[in-house]
Amino acid sequence: MANDLGERLDNVYESYKEGKISRRDFVKYLGISGAALGLVGGPFGMIRQAMAAKSIRFDGWGGTVSEAFRKYAFKPFTDATGIKVIDGEFGNADSYLTRVKASYPPGGEYNLAHLSGVFDYKRYVDLGFDVVLDEDKIPNLKTVMPAIMKPYRAITNGKLSAVPYDYGLTTIAYNSKFISDDKAKKMGAALLWDKDLKGKLGSWTDWRTNIWYASLKTGQNPNDIKDIKAVWSALKEQRGLIKKYWGSGAEQMSLLANEEVYASIVWSGRVKTLQNQGHTHLKLLIPENAFSWQECIFVMKGTDLSAAHKLLNYMLAPECAFAIASGQSYPPSLDPRKVTVPGAVAGLPGFDATGTLNGYLFADPGYWNTHQLDWAEKWDRIMAGR
Amino acid sequence: MKEKSLRPWLLLSPSLTAVFLLLVVPVCFVVVYSFWLRAPSGQDIPAFQLGNYAKFFADFFYPSIMLSTIRVAIETVFLCLVMGYIPAYFFYKTESKLKPFLMILVMLPFWISFIIRTLSWINILGDSGLINHVLMKMGFIHEPLAMLYNEGAVIMGLLQYLLPFMILNIYVSLDGIDKSLTEAAKSLGCTEWQAFKEITLPLSLPGVSAGCLLVFVLTCGTYLPPMILGGPGNEMIANLIFKRIIGTLDWPFGSAISTILMILLVIIVYTYNRYMGIGQIFKALSTD
Repeated sequence: MANDLGERLDNVYESYKEGKISRRDFVKYLGISGAALGLVGGPFGMIRQAMAAKSIRFDGWGGTVSEAFRKYAFKPFTDATGIKVIDGEFGNADSYLTRVKASYPPGGEYNLAHLSGVFDYKRYVDLGFDVVLDEDKIPNLKTVMPAIMKPYRAITNGKLSAVPYDYGLTTIAYNSKFISDDKAKKMGAALLWDKDLKGKLGSWTDWRTNIWYASLKTGQNPNDIKDIKAVWSALKEQRGLIKKYWGSGAEQMSLLANEEVYASIVWSGRVKTLQNQGHTHLKLLIPENAFSWQECIFVMKGTDLSAAHKLLNYMLAPECAFAIASGQSYPPSLDPRKVTVPGAVAGLPGFDATGTLNGYLFADPGYWNTHQLDWAEKWDRIMAGR
Repeated sequence: MKEKSLRPWLLLSPSLTAVFLLLVVPVCFVVVYSFWLRAPSGQDIPAFQLGNYAKFFADFFYPSIMLSTIRVAIETVFLCLVMGYIPAYFFYKTESKLKPFLMILVMLPFWISFIIRTLSWINILGDSGLINHVLMKMGFIHEPLAMLYNEGAVIMGLLQYLLPFMILNIYVSLDGIDKSLTEAAKSLGCTEWQAFKEITLPLSLPGVSAGCLLVFVLTCGTYLPPMILGGPGNEMIANLIFKRIIGTLDWPFGSAISTILMILLVIIVYTYNRYMGIGQIFKALSTD
């Protein structure tokens, strides 16, 4: 759309230079174009959609993840099909959901999104943003691990409104210059409560992750916490040791790379990226029942499903999925029993060679979403020290 | 006659329309939302009830964040005033040809993204930042000083954002003072300090108060410095609103907190206008 407008403006400018239109008309056209551009960027996004029939919008996490999508999926897909992928970004899943909810009609401006699963999948379904995908039109879905699709199907009565795309861990990273491997292994999740590291520990602002690790610290099942008071108590104790609760992937990487913190809750792929950049002293610690998650490409209500099916199928093709996996440092959802996985992908943190995901503990969406309002508010108080 | 009286309104109509559509209408939406309910799934349920306001005042957690926001705002105003009066006074007194250039320097930070400016403090105040690096290299300290992720860092971030507003307001006020008044005072036996204290300072107070009001209001609504430069416990009311609206999708409660903040600021601005006159701020901003 933006390029179309650019071409039209170029044509008008040429006409003006050649004297075919007056300066008054040229300025008038510029004004109208500016107003139109302003309108399609705002609540009138549906106009954009109507005008750009051969385009589809995709929103992702930005940074290295979006770069991988752009390079290995969107550009070749547009070259192959002529369907333009309008590439948007969001800082976190919550802010994106707010944008979707605030769009008019709700969800109307948005098509595909790279969401955290499965709790976000459930939130979108609960808010009525889901569609029913025609799986016959996504043949590459057959190569996806059945185990990773199961929780999505359970939410939408056996159907899918998304394709699972990758998985990873929110776990612990430590700086081996200051913390020995033996100590890290021995302490496990308790490393985040090590008093020797006071003022050198980091964590995420996310309520769910912090409660998850506090439940591990207190010896509980994160998906069935019996003693929540013990969890709050552990989090209060930990707060005094924390230097910074980071709010984005970039901030997390900066804290570790600049040695502002020596140990922190992290996203496994981001640490892999730091290691690839030469920070080899940063190591991942994956305690038992570490927070595993999966991500999906969710298709929003009102999307042109024909274009969506094509893009999803393209993205699930092994060569595309593996290239993106290497780019974003998270293993793909493809079943290693059905496709040959390259060594670089098999070496990614958390990769499951069995294709069963046995031993991975994912957040139970029903359990966590039910507690979201109360626990998120309580967590805010603890984080604020009140 | 009738045509003449309509003309100002016709000329103002584009601005009034923009203000109405982009400010008044959204604010009305926020107020209406504050009476609604949130469903467990995050949906908003239209209603008219005061539960969100009751929740705010029933639990000291929320007022305590509001109070700490006001405290940080007062600290920021005080520091901006102390640090802003001196350069503003210098601009007023100096006859240097470099004065326009120096004035541009004051406004220079506005040319750089606020986020970038805020993030840059990490490289200055951090454990491996410029100050700690230099101090450790020179042997003054052996452990990095904890200058980042605390309230001091937040106020530092606020200062670099708000100081130009204070300087400009004070400068405009000072610039309106007839310099012959101080000369007359000195010719009648006043010292330089006495002339400043008895004449310049009182006459500059409208600018000082306008700057204080502007800095206070902007600090109360600020969001980025506490998020980027603050540590645990340094969040302000805008961060809390963000969490309620974005984090838990609780738009009704987030709207109620926003409305309470707005009412508080309206009371402050109204009080200011009653005793000082709001025109001083516009006078200062018009020179920007």
